[in-house]
Amino acid sequence: MTMTRTSITWLIGLFALLVLAATTLYTVPETKQAIVLRLGKPERIVNAYDPKARFGDTDAGLVAKVPFIENVVFIDKRVLALDMPQQTVLSTDQLRLVVDAFARFRIVDPQRMYQTVGTEENAKDALSRILASRLRNELGRQPFAALLSPERTTLMDDIQRSVNRLAAQYGAEILDVRIKRADLPTGAPLESAYTRMRSARAQQALTIRAQGNKQAQLIQAEAEANAARIYADAFGRDPQFYAFYRAMEAYRDTFKDGSTTVVLTPNNEFLREFEGRSGK
Amino acid sequence: MPLHSDNDSSGSGGPWSGDSQNVPPKSPWGDAPPPRRPAPRSTGRGDLDDFLKKSQERLRGSLPGGGGARPLAGIPWVLIAAVILGLWLIATATYRVQAQERGVVTRFGKYIETTGPGFHFKLPAPVDTVILKKVEQINSVDISGSEGATENLMLTGDQNIIDIAYAVRWKIRNPELFLFELAEPEQTIREVAEAAMRAEVGRATLNDAIGPQRAQIAEQVRERMQEILDSYRAGIDVRGVDIKQGDPPAAVKDAFNDVSAAQQDAVQAINKSKGYAQQLLAAAQGAAGQFNAVYAQYKLAPEVTRKRIYLETMQSVLAKVDKTIVEPGVNTYLPLPEVRRRALAAPAPAPTQAK
Repeated sequence: MTMTRTSITWLIGLFALLVLAATTLYTVPETKQAIVLRLGKPERIVNAYDPKARFGDTDAGLVAKVPFIENVVFIDKRVLALDMPQQTVLSTDQLRLVVDAFARFRIVDPQRMYQTVGTEENAKDALSRILASRLRNELGRQPFAALLSPERTTLMDDIQRSVNRLAAQYGAEILDVRIKRADLPTGAPLESAYTRMRSARAQQALTIRAQGNKQAQLIQAEAEANAARIYADAFGRDPQFYAFYRAMEAYRDTFKDGSTTVVLTPNNEFLREFEGRSGK
Repeated sequence: MPLHSDNDSSGSGGPWSGDSQNVPPKSPWGDAPPPRRPAPRSTGRGDLDDFLKKSQERLRGSLPGGGGARPLAGIPWVLIAAVILGLWLIATATYRVQAQERGVVTRFGKYIETTGPGFHFKLPAPVDTVILKKVEQINSVDISGSEGATENLMLTGDQNIIDIAYAVRWKIRNPELFLFELAEPEQTIREVAEAAMRAEVGRATLNDAIGPQRAQIAEQVRERMQEILDSYRAGIDVRGVDIKQGDPPAAVKDAFNDVSAAQQDAVQAINKSKGYAQQLLAAAQGAAGQFNAVYAQYKLAPEVTRKRIYLETMQSVLAKVDKTIVEPGVNTYLPLPEVRRRALAAPAPAPTQAK
């Protein structure tokens, strides 16, 4: 009987110890920052973000708190995604562009974040609203070409800097703002871009064909000139004989088919011997 | 020695079957899966369990009053608890890292170390946790059109539109950073890739992007991505960007095809005229050669040669035609229709080339 009682006492003691441990100790992973609240009031922050701390040197791990009167709220320590809704931006030259941007941020002051918005999700919403409007304003001040050009980087840096001032109010820091998509809106603007592309290509095709024809003509002309030179070189040696020779060739060619009637007089050179006249 | 004799129910299989019928014979290297288990478990752990069970039974067998069938008050319970504790210790205090993996060990959430491939010890379960990450594995993210769209359209530097599809190959460079720094690595890679690709394509002209500079653009995108991810301390190594497709959009494809058709047409026209030029030159050279040959003969005896040529030509010409010889001063009536009829009826005489 005594043994059972002792073991029951032991069991109760063990249970009490467990409860105490469970309410006192908590673990903070490397990916979280913990705000310890004493009766709802932020008391201290464990494993707060420190850019210089290496993993393993942080305050993560098993941490104790005062049981029952303190409780812990975890805030993400990692780089978080901030995806903004697509929005249409009107450039200074009245061209519309659909812009899809994203940002990466980190909560650097969890206490401030907790007090202003409560959760990471709310922080995300607030930041994304700020960023979206800032983006629209800044991009709307640019000509269309600048939105596409590489100098966008400085523009994005400006946006990031100005948003960071507001983000600090939420205990957040914007690491990076980038445009991942900047497209012409579907419909008329896209169609007109297509039309422009088509006409540019049509012009290119015309030019190529014209150039081809031009070159072909030049080649032909050069060949004709060469041929003429060859003829002239050969025939120029004796123009009279050429005239005779060429005439003979022409006769053979002309009277080839035999459907011709030739009326000759005996005075003809060919018939000179016909009447038996003397050769002289 | 047969290693897998487990189907042999006589129990006289291997040297290990002597201790207990429950312990299946296994290879000395512990590689063979335990055959009596319904589902295969991780090899290391399964073998350990087997080993523990075996030793437990060995222990039980050696106890006084043994077999564990009727436990003595107190002692066996403590023993069972101890065995379970030991089992749990060994099961959770060891882990194996595969060749392509790294193990990230955390103690109550705090980072302790990163271990390489092999067999390792750690503190048991709730204290130490190990997360295995495949660092050698190269992952690939395909980036094509946004949801539902078949094309991934992008504006180029000359304000044209290109349809581009590409893939990013990446792997984990630093598992601690990968695990602890970035909330959504995959999504981040995707977004960074899109931003980098847009930026690079935005610098290139359409002609460059669909043609010669594709590889260069891919490399620049890779560098830019690496730079951005490094600035997030993402622990990600971007191995490469492959542009799988970079074409003008389907809506303007015809116009682009027409340009290549025009190029073909131009080449064709040039080739044709080159052929014609060759023909022309050959004909000129032939004619000139012929004339020169005849002229050389003519030069030797001008009078005779001229006469000969004339007569031969006349002979061949007049042989084929109707001839009428009329004395000067005689008016003749030519029956033209008759002449024509005869000409039609007569078979074409074989041309006699007198040369």
